[in-house]
Amino acid sequence: MALIPGLIKGLGVTGSTMMRTIFPGGVKKPIPSPVKGAETVQYPHEKEAPPTRARGVIALHEENCTACMLCARECPDWCIYIEGHKEKAPPRRAGGKPRQRNILDRFDIDYALCMFCGICVEVCPFEALFWSPEYEFSEPRIADLLHDMSRLSEWMETVPDFEDYEAGSQQKKLKVPPT
Amino acid sequence: MSTTQVFAELAYWQQTGIRVGAALAAVLLVAGALVYMHLFKAVSFMQSRLGPMEAGPYGSLQLLAEVGKHIQKEDIFPAKADRFVFGAAPFVVLASTFLLVVVVPAGPDAWFIDHHNSDLGIYLGLAVSSVSVLGILMAGWGSSNKYSLLGGLRATGQLIAYELPLILAVVGVVIQAGTMNMADIVYAQANGEIFGLGIVGNPYILTQGVAFIIFLIAMQAELAQAPFDMPVAESELVTGYMTEYSGMRFLLFFIGEFATAGVFAAVASVLFLGGWYIPGIDPGADVMNLLGPLVMLVKIVGLTFLVFWTRFTMPRFREDQLQRLAWKFLIPIALANIVVTGILKVAF
Repeated sequence: MALIPGLIKGLGVTGSTMMRTIFPGGVKKPIPSPVKGAETVQYPHEKEAPPTRARGVIALHEENCTACMLCARECPDWCIYIEGHKEKAPPRRAGGKPRQRNILDRFDIDYALCMFCGICVEVCPFEALFWSPEYEFSEPRIADLLHDMSRLSEWMETVPDFEDYEAGSQQKKLKVPPT
Repeated sequence: MSTTQVFAELAYWQQTGIRVGAALAAVLLVAGALVYMHLFKAVSFMQSRLGPMEAGPYGSLQLLAEVGKHIQKEDIFPAKADRFVFGAAPFVVLASTFLLVVVVPAGPDAWFIDHHNSDLGIYLGLAVSSVSVLGILMAGWGSSNKYSLLGGLRATGQLIAYELPLILAVVGVVIQAGTMNMADIVYAQANGEIFGLGIVGNPYILTQGVAFIIFLIAMQAELAQAPFDMPVAESELVTGYMTEYSGMRFLLFFIGEFATAGVFAAVASVLFLGGWYIPGIDPGADVMNLLGPLVMLVKIVGLTFLVFWTRFTMPRFREDQLQRLAWKFLIPIALANIVVTGILKVAF
């Protein structure tokens, strides 16, 4: 018997939510309009902008990458494939030794394996990897989920400008390069 | 010429054909309407979302899409299943619903069994509604799956436990009406008076309110809807006795669930809400054959909304709480209700 007030209260919660959804105008404008009253949006027709720091897809800023392999080694499920070679670069001063430079040949992320943990973005010391809030990259064929270097570079256009963290935060600040 | 006379001129097989078609419509169309209005829409609005919106205007053809999907699916029999029992179980459950709808009158001449020559009425209804227990037990046993068997046993225990308060709640109405004939119960409510006022008749929800609440709770449990959905508790038993079913046979269980909800609501509206009676119109009038089914439909939708509102709000009872509610709480109250009704019937 002691449960009855709680049961009625519960019915009141669901009932009032239903009335609020059907009649978003309330008592003053009792016109049924559930499309306005519902909290959800009808996805393919209407899209919600994800938050700017949402983890949608990982973008590669190619010029910053030195093929250091840190991201590939830290990746928990080994979904990053990097190949590079070394090239001689002209010496910094006249008469000096020629410098060595790492050239990136291949940078693939297999999104069929990726679990979006973001460790590669965290660990990159040269600010070559960025989170993009873009989320519509599903494919009918699973092999197409392997994004190569050019595809990953295209995602850079969707990376939003970095917004400051909350006051007092000590996080490192990413500089998003202009694309 | 009245509808009664037109109907009487038809041959017996023609009348039977019309009645069979009407029974199919009364069960399946009502079940489809309940699925759309309650399962697809009401629950979505209670969760502040829209539900299906793509198939047809406002998703109204979603159920057809679901039916098409289920018909295409493979009819899987588990390797060690008792093939005949496993295959027949959903039909037994659905047959119980079709047998139950037979007793419900929706107008002075809109009936499935002849109320003028038979007093079976609610007695037959309560008897055949128990047949679904057999179907559920068959499904649980035939699947050769421990989840199914546990679900089937839980369902059997629950349905038997709540059959009693259901029947005892009906007894109060039968005592007050003085008949088991469903049509006569409607007439008794239409012609009855409460405290000398006969404007709205005497729908037994007023005098048998306790029985009505017991009937609703027992109905909720008979339909195995939450908070009484222990037999299909998905967190422990997958889906109980339905675990191994797929395709068409699962669809039969699914439709049976909602069809039974509609038919039980129809029985409840005849017993407690005055059936097809509208205050101010003679319940025996010819026009009630057309208005009656509509009135019944409104009452069915209203009552099933209560059922599904509760279902979508309440968490699940534990098995022992569920049995305790039936045996220690509902049955004594129902018995007391019968005693009080009997005393008052004799006294007045």
